[in-house]
Amino acid sequence: MSLLRYRPDFFDSLLDVTLPFEDEALASLRAGDLISLTGSLYTGRDQTHRRFEALLDKGEELPIDLNGQLLYYVGPSPAKKGQVIGAAGPTTSYRMDKYTPRLLELGLSGTMGKGARSPQVREAMVKYGAIYLATFGGAGALLSKSIKEAEVVAFEDAGPEALFRFRVEQFPAVVINDSQGNDFYEMVRKAKS
Amino acid sequence: MISQVFFDDLEHYFLAMRTITFQEISEAVRGLTMDAGTQLEPDILEALLAARDSEESPLARHVLELFITNADIASREKLPVCQDTGVAVLFVEVGQELRVEGSLEDAIQEGVQQGYEDGYLRKSVCDPITRVNTGTNTPAVVHYEIVPGDQLKISMLPKGCGSENMSGLTMLPPSAGIQGMIDFVVDQAVKAGPNPCPPIIVGVGMGGTFEKAACLAKKSLLRPLGESSHRDDIADLEKQILAEINKGGVGVQGLGGNHTALAVHIDSFPSHIASLPVAVNIQCHAHRHKEMVL
Repeated sequence: MSLLRYRPDFFDSLLDVTLPFEDEALASLRAGDLISLTGSLYTGRDQTHRRFEALLDKGEELPIDLNGQLLYYVGPSPAKKGQVIGAAGPTTSYRMDKYTPRLLELGLSGTMGKGARSPQVREAMVKYGAIYLATFGGAGALLSKSIKEAEVVAFEDAGPEALFRFRVEQFPAVVINDSQGNDFYEMVRKAKS
Repeated sequence: MISQVFFDDLEHYFLAMRTITFQEISEAVRGLTMDAGTQLEPDILEALLAARDSEESPLARHVLELFITNADIASREKLPVCQDTGVAVLFVEVGQELRVEGSLEDAIQEGVQQGYEDGYLRKSVCDPITRVNTGTNTPAVVHYEIVPGDQLKISMLPKGCGSENMSGLTMLPPSAGIQGMIDFVVDQAVKAGPNPCPPIIVGVGMGGTFEKAACLAKKSLLRPLGESSHRDDIADLEKQILAEINKGGVGVQGLGGNHTALAVHIDSFPSHIASLPVAVNIQCHAHRHKEMVL
């Protein structure tokens, strides 16, 4: 059975996806698609989300407009002179689960990290037409090669947990959750049993 | 009253001991820290290559290939293998005939701090209550052992926390027996799913006490991959548990395939007649470790 829309030449023939997401592309992506991201995205992990929540609780605006954006869960290692960024692979996503539905409600279109999401996040993704991507944990040196620009947008004092804007080219990822409620990790497990 | 002979003997004793300075230790630890963050050792590289060659899923095979390429880029460009350059965990064996000039603990912490700074490694250590980053990646977690001889052996394991967070410890009733231990270890590794960056290495401590089991599990990760327990019955358990974990269907990064784990290392220690602690410490495929002897 063809569980994956998978091509053996893998990295040469991923589905091209532009960032920020275009509505049509977002709706057409399916769990198991192997994709290649090009465009701009924002980063955020534990501290970023805590600060987002604190701002929202106080009724204040977030430092960025989340509409149509992809939020990448990453805390990069520092850049050396002449480098765009250090290693920059994904961190585990479940730690952000508590905060994610509220951000999806605000218009965030996608998140990217590694590992499964909670039922609440999955429900919210269906409700707001958002997706969740996994990229390759433990491949931070290689993934950094797809990051062409990096700038701190907010929370600079949080060090590796600052909010960055990245411009990426051909950044590889797998669609885990699509906007229809499919979950690729579950599909893989079910195919095995 | 203490006689002069006592002081003469004492002086003679210390002069005869091998001495190592604060600076020698901190410089060595600095280098060890920088190398450990950017270079995978041959044992894990060989395990990744073997996994790629025997992997059944084409997607998983490609992802394993990507990890091998990643290690190559990291080593050539001195980039961190993974941006999570970890909490620095060190196992230190101090020869009882060695004299250290200055504080051994301070020398190690100084070396770790400099290594993270000079190696452009990420500083990931924070206060557990305030969550404020210490800014230096210290304090490192250091375990000491006093051993015969006059050498200082330092093993470093920068431990990423995607995998560390998937670890667990249980105090089983002895009636749970071998099967109870097997079930706990397999369940811990499989339920972790894609979170700890599989293919993982599963360190297991069986027996001892609460803290002893955890230390055994962590230290077992330093055993070269592919080396079995020296006890035949435990070596068989390692094989059996590895096979069961790999039947669990998680696979490489949770994307399927027959490599959820690369190895299971079990170390044991006698326990109380009423007790059967089992600890599982999970390590990611970016298994960074480095040893040196001074």
